[in-house]
Amino acid sequence: MTRPLLELDHVTLAFGGLHAVEDLSIAVGEGEIVSLIGPNGAGKTTLFNLITGVYAPTSGDIRVAGRSIAGLAPHRIAGLGVARTFQTLRLFVNMSVKENVMAATYGHTSARMWQSVLRTPKARREEREVNALAEEVLGFFSQRLMGYRWDQPAYSLSYANRRRLEIARAMATRPRVLLIDEPAAGMNPQETHEITDLIARLRDERGYTILAIEHDMHVVEGISDRVIALDHGQKIAEGSFEAVATNPLVVEAYMGRGTAVTKG
Amino acid sequence: MTFFLQQVVDGLTTGSVYALIALGYSMVYGVLKLLNFAHGDIYMVGAFIGYFVLQAFGGATALVAPVAVVLIAMFAAAALGAGLLGVGIERFAYRPLRESPRIAPLITALGVSFFLENAVLLLFGSETRLYSTSSFIPFSTGVHVAGVNISLVRILVVVLAAVLMVGLRVLVERTRLGKAMRAVAFDREAAEMMGIQVDRTISATFFIGSALAGVAGVMAGLVFDQVFSLMGFIAGLKAFTAAVVGGIGNVPGAMLGGLLIGLAESFATGYISSTFQNLIVFGILIGVMLLRPNGLLGRATLQKV
Repeated sequence: MTRPLLELDHVTLAFGGLHAVEDLSIAVGEGEIVSLIGPNGAGKTTLFNLITGVYAPTSGDIRVAGRSIAGLAPHRIAGLGVARTFQTLRLFVNMSVKENVMAATYGHTSARMWQSVLRTPKARREEREVNALAEEVLGFFSQRLMGYRWDQPAYSLSYANRRRLEIARAMATRPRVLLIDEPAAGMNPQETHEITDLIARLRDERGYTILAIEHDMHVVEGISDRVIALDHGQKIAEGSFEAVATNPLVVEAYMGRGTAVTKG
Repeated sequence: MTFFLQQVVDGLTTGSVYALIALGYSMVYGVLKLLNFAHGDIYMVGAFIGYFVLQAFGGATALVAPVAVVLIAMFAAAALGAGLLGVGIERFAYRPLRESPRIAPLITALGVSFFLENAVLLLFGSETRLYSTSSFIPFSTGVHVAGVNISLVRILVVVLAAVLMVGLRVLVERTRLGKAMRAVAFDREAAEMMGIQVDRTISATFFIGSALAGVAGVMAGLVFDQVFSLMGFIAGLKAFTAAVVGGIGNVPGAMLGGLLIGLAESFATGYISSTFQNLIVFGILIGVMLLRPNGLLGRATLQKV
């Protein structure tokens, strides 16, 4: 594995006595695609919330490119190159498709608010750059998020396109690490196939390091360099898709005790 | 007919003032889902700032600078002072309660309202102060069309309000800050994870909303002459009504609501009796709420999936 870009170092998150995440260590190398699997309530989305700063770890450290981000405000973490999508779509549906993407670029623009209000030359130039970046990012989805859709409100998009727009919005923050939460949820087989290709392209063409939560095992198999299985906030297996999918602990976590035995 | 047109002119003037206050109410509600009951008092402070700037220039009857300069100074100082006051209120009274149940900042807002009213009462006394606008902008200046007298002050108020409202619309629709404001209004947490600086965006929203209220305060001083510590109470309530009637959280709605309330008030006074003025204004509120609970331009809240 190359130098880890994202590291979780013995991270614990406790809500009172409940340990949502317990002593979890994960490393994702630069340019790697790692999938997180585990039954509902295993702590996968909580882990994303920890990495993006919604929660601060109770103990342990989280690092991006060697720099600790534990306890930083979410917008600072975003500025350091961590972006995410949401399992339950959280687009700004009151805004247009393009505005959703543009809104996500402002963490790394340098014009001050008053400059934006007074529309100084610097702010105008930046606004043009932001516009170009938004169009370039949307262009990545070619036919799916075509130009005529850019000025439509986000709520007018189909469900699958909203998922794509969430990825586009995350891309606009210029991330190094992309956290994708259930990209194939609710998609039909054709769309699921497309999303599998898309995730590979995100790494190959854009160079993102990707940590994905996914339930669809075809997608997991299709995209993953490595798979990590969680249960009750702890890592129960890690390795290749085949190794993790056949790991008795993983089968037990999904199916319950005894299933693994009868399978043999 | 002349009488009717005169009511329209008066209504548009008052309505412009209400609309500017309503905008701030609506913007703050948009980003924080907070009814900032202190907003009317920020308007009052703006009116006082304008008054003291006027005095600093020698007072209404003995101005030491051209009227235009004095007016610009009054508006600028009131906008800046009220804007900073709004930012300070958010920083110290509302921000610590941002994660609390919504009732907590609401009660705090009432507290801030009483605090401002009584602070001004304590500092400047209970007497009503007069702008005495007619001493430096005579009634005779202005336009006379078809027997209707449109004084220069009223023209100034309506034009300035229109310019500010168009400017705000451009700001919200086109600028980076506007997009950040809309993103924060819709989903604060998601906005923050997309790199938007939520605290700064909220501060900017308070600054702009409060500055508009400050400008409205000076306008009220110029048109109605009287400035006193409790003037923000009823004006704030009416602006709140305007914001709700238009659809709270909605910028064009606040403008429409403000003008509508201003016109209703003016017609009520002109054709019925000034005694019924408030009855009619709040009657409109009840009527609109019964027929269109989201306000005239409000959309039904979109369900989050």
